[in-house]
Amino acid sequence: MIVLNEVTKKYQETLSVDKLSLHIANGEFFGLLGPNGAGKTTTIRMLTALTIPTAGNITINGQLVSRHNPSYKSQIGLVPQHINLEPELTVAENLYLHGILYGMKRSAIADKITELLEFADLTDKRQTLVNTLSGGMKRKVLIIRALMHSPQLLLLDEPTVGLDVFSRRRVWDLIKSLNTRGITILLTTHYLEEAEHLCSRIGLLKKGRLIMTGSIENLRDVVGPVVVERFVQDKTILHFFQEQAQALQFVSGLKEEFTIRQTSLEDVFVKMTEEKVDIN
Amino acid sequence: MNGMLAVLWREYLFFKRRIWSITASSLVSPLLYLIAFGWGLGRVVTMDGVQYIDFIVPGILALSTMNASFNSVATPLSIARLYDKTLEEYLVSPITLFSFAAGKILAGALRGMYVGLLLLVVAFLFGAKFKISLAFITLALLNCLVFASLGFLVALKIQSHPDMARFNSFVITPMIFLGGTFFSPEHTSPLLQFFIKLLPLTPASQGLRSLALGQEFAWYAPTLQLIYLCLFIALGLYAYRKVE
Repeated sequence: MIVLNEVTKKYQETLSVDKLSLHIANGEFFGLLGPNGAGKTTTIRMLTALTIPTAGNITINGQLVSRHNPSYKSQIGLVPQHINLEPELTVAENLYLHGILYGMKRSAIADKITELLEFADLTDKRQTLVNTLSGGMKRKVLIIRALMHSPQLLLLDEPTVGLDVFSRRRVWDLIKSLNTRGITILLTTHYLEEAEHLCSRIGLLKKGRLIMTGSIENLRDVVGPVVVERFVQDKTILHFFQEQAQALQFVSGLKEEFTIRQTSLEDVFVKMTEEKVDIN
Repeated sequence: MNGMLAVLWREYLFFKRRIWSITASSLVSPLLYLIAFGWGLGRVVTMDGVQYIDFIVPGILALSTMNASFNSVATPLSIARLYDKTLEEYLVSPITLFSFAAGKILAGALRGMYVGLLLLVVAFLFGAKFKISLAFITLALLNCLVFASLGFLVALKIQSHPDMARFNSFVITPMIFLGGTFFSPEHTSPLLQFFIKLLPLTPASQGLRSLALGQEFAWYAPTLQLIYLCLFIALGLYAYRKVE
């Protein structure tokens, strides 16, 4: 279980994460969403001890996350936002290097490389230099590299950024199959359809603060599962309702064009991360 | 020691793939020094009673091993930290800070020793005379370790690539010329002599020279180098703990 307890990160005068408390159960697929600068990447970096919190603490399966406590690190696999593979090494060499870093035995490393290359459909790229791979393939190598040491928790920081639709779908399938194998996943993404497609629970971050958590259905219910979308004076306005009948009653008096539909995660995101500012 | 093994293995792969370009680029500066100061002046000038080419070969060895060790750690590590972020792969792994630092510094020192070996072969072909002993090799290795650890420290402290260029311009390049490489510090004023003898390169060039020419060995050389080595490693480890 991941437990973040009142975690804060301040960079000089900028508050990046503000008293973030969060529990993520083992086996869960949790999505952390938020606009740019909301603190998603900082949270991931604090979970891996790449960034040290200003206040608060984080535990992973009961072990305190700290740069000076490397024992918990074997439980985590990190897929960073930027591609940080060794560009002048081959795919297999990158994976082998990871295996050595995590203290794996030579024979176990070789077996795992073969297994993971097969799993990611990259067997024919085994001896290919990383800097000659496409963006999608590099992303896949990043993911399987994080799986080399069989982590219990996978942290994915915008794993599909910059990928085309087909590559993104292939990466989704890969990630989804990992969760079905029992790996706990924490995903940050800007693509709301990605979170909708993959995550069982969502957390919304706004200016470093966690403003909402729950399943996608829960989040929809909180804002209203039915939405009326109007375009008035060059601006799209959303009205949320708990019942379809309420929405129909509302639109009966409208003169301009409108759409009635089920609330999407994007609607929730827009309402909570934009309007919350005004409410506060 | 997984971190050290991983770093050494990675450096070995990199070295194997780039052996010809590494070899060629490492030899350019020492060859120019040998041609200009060794060949050009070496046979007609004497310094402290020895032919100038024999006098400067240990100095060129000290500066070449310094350059190779420093640059083989400082440049790639700063790129790994600031640009391609490959350092994060090591930071998130369960290796100790010390094992990573040990791997980087040892790999840098071995690269310096490789360049040193090449230089001695070339100097021999140029007709220079020098004695190689176990103490000579040990001192050269110590010099490589000192500058590899300095490279480790600098790579973790700078904020951009231009910072590295500035460090080279203001620290490394002046040391090449002032560190007892091309002249004996004893020919300068006492104040300048004191300053020159405190530079990390001076004990290497003076110590290597005394061993190569069969002169009395100055024990201050390895002592001062060991002090610098401990200092740079301690500061480097502290900087590594703080890297974000």
